[in-house]
Amino acid sequence: MTSEDRRPAGGEPRETRTGSDGGKRPVSADYDSDVEAAIRKNHPALITYLAVGDPSIEETKAYVEALDRGGSDLIELGLPFSEPIAEGPTIQASINRALEAGTTSEAFFELVEDLETDATLLVMTYYNKILQYGDEPDVGPFVKRAAKVGLSGIIVPDLPAEEADPLREACDEHGLDLIFIIAPTTEGERLETIMSQVSGFAYVQARLGTTGARGDVSSATHDSLARLSDYEVPKAVGFGVSEGDHAAEIVEAGADGVIVGSALVDIVAESDDPAAALEAKAEELKRGAVRGSETVTNDTEDAPEPEQP
Amino acid sequence: MSTNDHDERTRERDSQATFGEYGGQYVPEALMPAVQELEDAYERYVLENEDGFMDEFRDRMRDFGGRPTPLQRAERLSERYDREIYLKREDLVHGGAHKLNNALGQVLLAKYMGKERIIAETGAGQHGTATAMAAAHLDMPCEIYMGRTDINRQRPNVYRMRMNGAEVNPVTAGSGTLKEAINETMRDWATTVERTHYVIGSVVGPHPFPKLVRDFQSVISQEARKQIQEKAGRLPDSVVACAGGGSNTMGTFHEFVPDEDVDLYAVEAGGSSLEIDEENALAPNSATLSTGTDGVLHGAMTKLLQSADGQIMESHSVSAGLDYAGVGPELSYLVDTGRVTPASVDDEAALNGFHRLSRLEGIIPALESSHALGYLEENYEDLGEVVVVNVSGRGDKDLETVLEETEKRDLEAAPEVEVFDR
Repeated sequence: MTSEDRRPAGGEPRETRTGSDGGKRPVSADYDSDVEAAIRKNHPALITYLAVGDPSIEETKAYVEALDRGGSDLIELGLPFSEPIAEGPTIQASINRALEAGTTSEAFFELVEDLETDATLLVMTYYNKILQYGDEPDVGPFVKRAAKVGLSGIIVPDLPAEEADPLREACDEHGLDLIFIIAPTTEGERLETIMSQVSGFAYVQARLGTTGARGDVSSATHDSLARLSDYEVPKAVGFGVSEGDHAAEIVEAGADGVIVGSALVDIVAESDDPAAALEAKAEELKRGAVRGSETVTNDTEDAPEPEQP
Repeated sequence: MSTNDHDERTRERDSQATFGEYGGQYVPEALMPAVQELEDAYERYVLENEDGFMDEFRDRMRDFGGRPTPLQRAERLSERYDREIYLKREDLVHGGAHKLNNALGQVLLAKYMGKERIIAETGAGQHGTATAMAAAHLDMPCEIYMGRTDINRQRPNVYRMRMNGAEVNPVTAGSGTLKEAINETMRDWATTVERTHYVIGSVVGPHPFPKLVRDFQSVISQEARKQIQEKAGRLPDSVVACAGGGSNTMGTFHEFVPDEDVDLYAVEAGGSSLEIDEENALAPNSATLSTGTDGVLHGAMTKLLQSADGQIMESHSVSAGLDYAGVGPELSYLVDTGRVTPASVDDEAALNGFHRLSRLEGIIPALESSHALGYLEENYEDLGEVVVVNVSGRGDKDLETVLEETEKRDLEAAPEVEVFDR
C-alpha cells in the first residue's frame, strides 16, 4: 500500500452549522466555525484544560468558571478514560482521581450543561469513550449530546486522521469541530493532507511524548511553527506549556494560541485555594500570550530569531 | 459498529489495516509515521523477504531458538480420552515458550529498519524475557516496562531479563499489571519513536502489529500442519489453543484457517467466574472473546472487557499471561465469522490440567497452556478423532503460583498434599 491510499478523505466546506440549540444557522462570514472565531477574535487565544471530576464534579464547575474569569478563551474539558496513553504522570493522576470519584459520561454532559462561561468549550477524550456513549458502539449519540449541551469541538488524542471519517461526519452533522493534532513527526504529504482538513484550529504538539509541564519551550515548537507558517489556519501550541513567559515565546514564534493543561492540573492537586490560583494562573498566561503578540506587532520586519533553548 | 456504511467505509479505506470491522490504527498522531514505516518494513522484509530477512529469521530460529519443535503423540492422554491427542511442543522453544518466535522476529526487523533501541511491555515476564534474550542475541539495547504488581509476583523473570542486559522499568499506575505496562510502553514510544522499535508482545495493537506478530508466530501451524499429516496421515479434526492476547492462538490456527473441516477452539481464562462487577469495573476473568463487547483499546478496534460507560475493566486469571482485557482483532473477527469457537475454563480446571499433564506425560505446562488442557478434559468427546493441542510454554515459571493455588483447593488431579511441604 502506498501513502496515496492512506490519505484521509477531505471534508466538504460547510455552509451552515448546527448550533447548541440544535437549529441550523449560517456560519459567520469571517470564520468557518465558533472555535475558529474564538481564536481569531481573541488573538492570541488562551486555551486551558482540566480533567472533569477531579476531585468532584462540583469543584470542577468552580474551577472551570475560575479559568473563564482569568481570561481563558477556550476551555478543554477532559472526559476521563481508564487508559490515557497520551498523558504524562500529572494528567494521568488527575484522571485517576476523577475516575475514583465515579465520573461518568452522563455526569460530564450534565456539568457542561450547567456551566456558565464566556469561553468556548471543547471536550477532550479517548475514542472508546465516544464510541460507547450510546447503546451500540457508535459515535453518533455522543456527538449529538455534545452539541446539545453546548460543546463546540472535540479533541481525540488516539484518533489519527486515517480513522476519523465516522467522527468527522458526525461532527459535521451536528456542527462541531473535530480538532486534529499536528505532531513533531507529522511532515511532508501527511502534514499537507491534515492541514487541508483542519477544523477549528491545528493543535500543534510542542514535543514528542506525553503531556506535562516543562521548564522551557522546546526547539520542536519553533521548528513546527516555522513548518506551519505558510498555512492560514489558526495554530495553537500545547504539551509542556506552563508559564506566561512560555506563552509569550510561543505566540512570538507565530502561534495564534497556547494550550495549558498539566500546570493547571497541578494547581487543582496542590493548591489550598485552587479556584483563586487557577484564575491567577490564567491571567498570567493570557498576559504572557498578549505580550508575545505585542512583540510580533511592534517588531520591525527583521525580527530576531526566537532564542533556541 | 452499528452502521453498515461505516463498515464499508472502513474496508474501503484500507482493507489491509482491518479484519472486517476490527483492527485499524487508533494511535496518537505522533506515532502514525512510525506505524506507517513499520507497515512498509513488514511488506518488504516479512512478506517479500527483501534482503533475505525471512531466511535469516528462520536460520536464527533454528540455531538460536531450537526450531522446529516436535508434534508429539501424547500416549497416556490418547488412552484417557480414547482418541489421538497430539501436543505441539512450544514449551521446547528457547526460553520455554512460543514468545521467542515473535520477539526474535521483531528485534531482527528493528535491526533491518535501522532502529537503535528496543522497548517492550511484559505482563508475567514471558514476553519480556524473550525480548531481552533476542535483544542480547542481536546486540540491541533493550528496556522492558513491567507493572509493579507483576514485578513482585514474577521475581525470577525480572532477574532473567537483567541477566540478559535489559533494563526493567517498574510501572506503578493503576493495578500495576499488563494493561498499564502497555500504556507506559506506548508513552515511551511516543517520545522516542524516531530511533526506537516497540516489540509488542501479542497479536494486538495498531496495524500492522496484529499481522506482523501473527506471521512470526504462524511458524507453529506451518510445522504442525505438516507434522500431523506425516504422523496421523491426515489433518486433525480440531486444534485447541489457549487465548489471552492471542499470539499463540493465531500462530497455532493460522495455517489451518483455510481448512474448513478443522475446528479451531480458542480457550480463554474463565477465572473464578464469568460474571462481571460493573460497579467496580472488575471482571474476575479474561474471557474477552466469550463475553466482551466491541471497542477500541491499545490501537485497535476489538472485543474488550469494558463497563457500559466505556472504561476498561481490570481482568483476572490465575495465569498472568492470559490476564488481559483485550484480544487480538483478527481473533475477534474469526469468532464473529464463526471460524473460531471461543471457549473458556475456570482457574480450577486449568490447575487440574496443569497437574494432569505433569503426571501423565512428564511435561509441566505453563498455566496459560493448562487452560487448553483443561478444555480437552471437559470437552474431548466433541473434538473428533485427531486433536492437536498447543503447549504454548513450560510451567517452571508457575510453580510458586501453582503451589499456592493448589493448597487453597481440593483438586482431583493434584498430587498428595505432602508433595507441597515447603
